[in-house]
Amino acid sequence: MSSDLVEIILLTFKVSGTALLLSTLIGVPLGAVMGLKRFIGRRWVVVLLYTGMGFPPVVVGLFVYLLLSRAGPLGELNWPFIPELFTPGAMIVAQTIIAFPLVAGFTMAAVMGVDPQLQQQVISLGATQRQAATTVLWEARIGVIVAIVAGFGSIISEVGAVMLVGGNIEGRTRVMTTAIVLETRKGNFDLALTLGVLLLGITFLVNLAMLRLQGRSMNE
Amino acid sequence: MSEQAAYYIRELSKAYEAREVLAIDEMEVQQGEILALVGPSGSGKSTLLRLLNFLEAPTQGWIEYAGVRFEAGKDMPLELRRRVTTVFQHPMLLDRSVWDNVTYSLQLRGQRDTQGPAQTALELVGLANLAQQNARSLSGGEAQRVALARAMILRPDVLLMDEPTANLDPYNVGLIEKIIHQVNREHQTTVVLVTHNVFQARRLADRVAFLLAGKLVEVADVEDFFDSPADVRTRAFVNGEMVY
Repeated sequence: MSSDLVEIILLTFKVSGTALLLSTLIGVPLGAVMGLKRFIGRRWVVVLLYTGMGFPPVVVGLFVYLLLSRAGPLGELNWPFIPELFTPGAMIVAQTIIAFPLVAGFTMAAVMGVDPQLQQQVISLGATQRQAATTVLWEARIGVIVAIVAGFGSIISEVGAVMLVGGNIEGRTRVMTTAIVLETRKGNFDLALTLGVLLLGITFLVNLAMLRLQGRSMNE
Repeated sequence: MSEQAAYYIRELSKAYEAREVLAIDEMEVQQGEILALVGPSGSGKSTLLRLLNFLEAPTQGWIEYAGVRFEAGKDMPLELRRRVTTVFQHPMLLDRSVWDNVTYSLQLRGQRDTQGPAQTALELVGLANLAQQNARSLSGGEAQRVALARAMILRPDVLLMDEPTANLDPYNVGLIEKIIHQVNREHQTTVVLVTHNVFQARRLADRVAFLLAGKLVEVADVEDFFDSPADVRTRAFVNGEMVY
């Protein structure tokens, strides 16, 4: 395997892995709050979340592109923690925006599937609100794992947004999906197919690992 | 006010949206007693139990517990809330082992030494042999006994029970009643028991309170309640007649 290919695979893991981690850190607590709490305006937040779950990745890419471009509202701030366009950081931002509504939405559904009386029972046993939420989330863990798998699936195979905000620059922002597009256009079908099979294999292995985790939860 | 009361209840009402489901002018629960709450469905028994566990706040009025008033807009301090617990009709066990379910409430309190108390609690309900089994695989009676062990391990000052033996077989009913009685006598645990079963109320309770349409009709010592009730509606209820 060439060093270029290894670099592409590693960058794919870095970008999608970081985006999935951020999506999980944002999406799981958000989904838990949405599933457990009733507040004014909740219905609108749910509508926004569902809209986000079906958002076309390329539109997210366009949105992030406009935000981070030099003339955009975030780009012109020049703050060090705001990533520049055509960097892995910008790709992570785009993928996080794509994945977190899925993670949050499926987590919310999983939490709402837990009997509401369970929360009352654990509070009656002396749980604080935070302890009760953690317990309910643990009871919904199989659904939460599905939520994370869905988030991973949405970004590992995504091409439009990372192409727009990353630019597919060799050695800097080229990931497996954008490399497949490029190699296909160049007529390098062997390399494109190799990348495709590798991408499928990685997706299969990650999902298999998640399924094993889910299976363990179901059997424990 | 009685000096022996665990709870003082005054001008208490609870409404959901505009519908008032509970309105009690005055009531006390004595320390160390078993008080049975009886009444037809929808009479407010379970609502009162949730208020006594501080799971819901009153709409008006107050409940005083350990010198602290619980009223609308106020949360009960956690350390007082943790002195009271409820065993619900449906055990609502966690998807974990029996052992983990029983030790759960101690872990919430950060208690590390759970081995001894869990063993004692499981032996009390006769389920020490099922400690490692998943709680979701138990029968209804076993599950309710785990729920009881999970509550008893806390040595609560007040044990609230919402129809804990509904839909259970006579063996499990007898076992749970024996445990309630034992815990009350040995640890002076105050027990408030919601039941539809007037015979159970007679077997277990020191006093019985009759609720009807959210109002407290009568509260009396168990013999007086059953043998010479003061209110005609109580008499009708005790005799198994329809009461509205």
